[in-house]
Amino acid sequence: MNGKSRVAAHVRALPFSGIRKFFDIVAQRKDVISFGVGEPDFDAPRAVRDVAKTSLERGETHYTSNRGDPELRRAISRYVARQFGATYDPDTEILVTVGVSEAIDVALRAVVNPGDEVIYHEPCFVSYRPTIVMAGGVPVCVETRREDQFRLTRAMLEKAVTPKTRVLMLNFPCNPTGAVLLQKDVEDIADFCVKHDLLLLTDEIYAELTYDSKHFSFIAVPGMKERTIFLHGMSKAWAMTGFRIGYACSPAEISENLMKLHQYAIMSAPTTGQMAAAEALDHGDEAVAEMRAEYNRRRNYLIAAFAEMGIPCHTPAGAFYAFPYIGDLGISAEEFALRFLEEKGVAVVPGDAFGACGAGFLRCAYATSMDNVREGMKRMAEFVAEIRAEKKQ
Amino acid sequence: MDELLNILKTNARTSDADIAKMIRATPAEVAARIAAYEKAGTIRGYRALVNADHLPDDGVTAVIEVKVQPEKEGGFDRIAKRISAFDEVVNMYLMSGKYDLLLFVEGKTLRAVASFVSERLATLDGVLSTGTHFMLKTYKLDGVLMDVDKTDDRMRVCP
Repeated sequence: MNGKSRVAAHVRALPFSGIRKFFDIVAQRKDVISFGVGEPDFDAPRAVRDVAKTSLERGETHYTSNRGDPELRRAISRYVARQFGATYDPDTEILVTVGVSEAIDVALRAVVNPGDEVIYHEPCFVSYRPTIVMAGGVPVCVETRREDQFRLTRAMLEKAVTPKTRVLMLNFPCNPTGAVLLQKDVEDIADFCVKHDLLLLTDEIYAELTYDSKHFSFIAVPGMKERTIFLHGMSKAWAMTGFRIGYACSPAEISENLMKLHQYAIMSAPTTGQMAAAEALDHGDEAVAEMRAEYNRRRNYLIAAFAEMGIPCHTPAGAFYAFPYIGDLGISAEEFALRFLEEKGVAVVPGDAFGACGAGFLRCAYATSMDNVREGMKRMAEFVAEIRAEKKQ
Repeated sequence: MDELLNILKTNARTSDADIAKMIRATPAEVAARIAAYEKAGTIRGYRALVNADHLPDDGVTAVIEVKVQPEKEGGFDRIAKRISAFDEVVNMYLMSGKYDLLLFVEGKTLRAVASFVSERLATLDGVLSTGTHFMLKTYKLDGVLMDVDKTDDRMRVCP
């Protein structure tokens, strides 16, 4: 190959996730209190695990239908109807995927023509921008701000939209900011989509983990179901990350094309996980409520602790992330994170791993025990005091 | 249930200041609410969940099934009150099924419990029979697993 790389140029051009670099550094240390983990510290509910075991014992070790097990699709349809207020046909409008990550990938590849613009918001989950690029789209970033509680407003979107815009891609409640949209925001943004004839890709994986108000979904807005790909999955609220089950609900024409891509790339989502997911959707509300109550205690604790330290932090109303601002301390988020790990043994993730406008912020995931939250915040208070003393000298 | 009680039931040593942070109140409000619960008798006490298996020879616990003769007046209550008054009896329940009363009895030695059963319990008027089972090992106590080797094997940082 004459020293040339065998990797395709467009893949080589794709940056590695900023979080990956930090993961390698943290992995070298022992006894770390980590606020860096974007997955629940709870194990999947016992009843869910039991169903998975029974399924294996019964020898259910084969492919399912490409779309997903019919019983699971019916369970998804029932759950989405009662929780989010829109009814999807399990035979033609629901696709079971390998987590929401796969669903995002097939959805973008299915609807983006080369050169189409896709509007998304930052700070956001690390895969959004690369996935748009790999689908041949042009990512158009809208930056959300602390002053707005990291909510997205219609005014911001109006500035970003062009005649080439085809898709709006959202994630509320948001990883990494913990921001949520209120019903009014959702209705305004839905109206914006209709006005500009955009397709909405909405990743509502954290919907159940909303603390101060009930989650209001885009698919509850009349007229939106027809132009929306609704993505959800079992990983977060049901603590089922390792089962790798997500799903996409969309109009039949889109859904069958998502299915086509999914079929060629994946065949079918893991069977054991699908059986477990059906149990979780039908009987998991209580387990979800218990986990949410515990996350809420930790969240409240973090907010109070940051306030005591004089570290500004908007009230994260969803997911399990707080996003405090440390820009006033006179060091970068990366330096803060590296030194905090080195000097106090606590891991947080620099906010700019989730987009340039995350500079000066830290993502603190509170998917860790209350004992860790308490000890981690005690050490952070010490560390912040030390940094302030240093800067005064 | 009140969040405050949920927190104390999980860890009664959580400080007022920490509880205040968790439920968005002030430490003074937390202290006042706890005092009110104590006064009302809703909170009846605080104590440690001790894994007796970790202690050197800390005595024995037996679970005893007791069949009794109910009385025309008052049913099981009179005999149940007499039995529950013994210091050796730490927990006691009226049960449905093949026996009537279920007792948790603590004693210093196996012999001490045996003599309590044969000399003081079985000889009471109204006690028809007893069945004694000695506890061998505690796996779970009040919802808490005694085995504490669960580790967090998640990736330390992930998106």
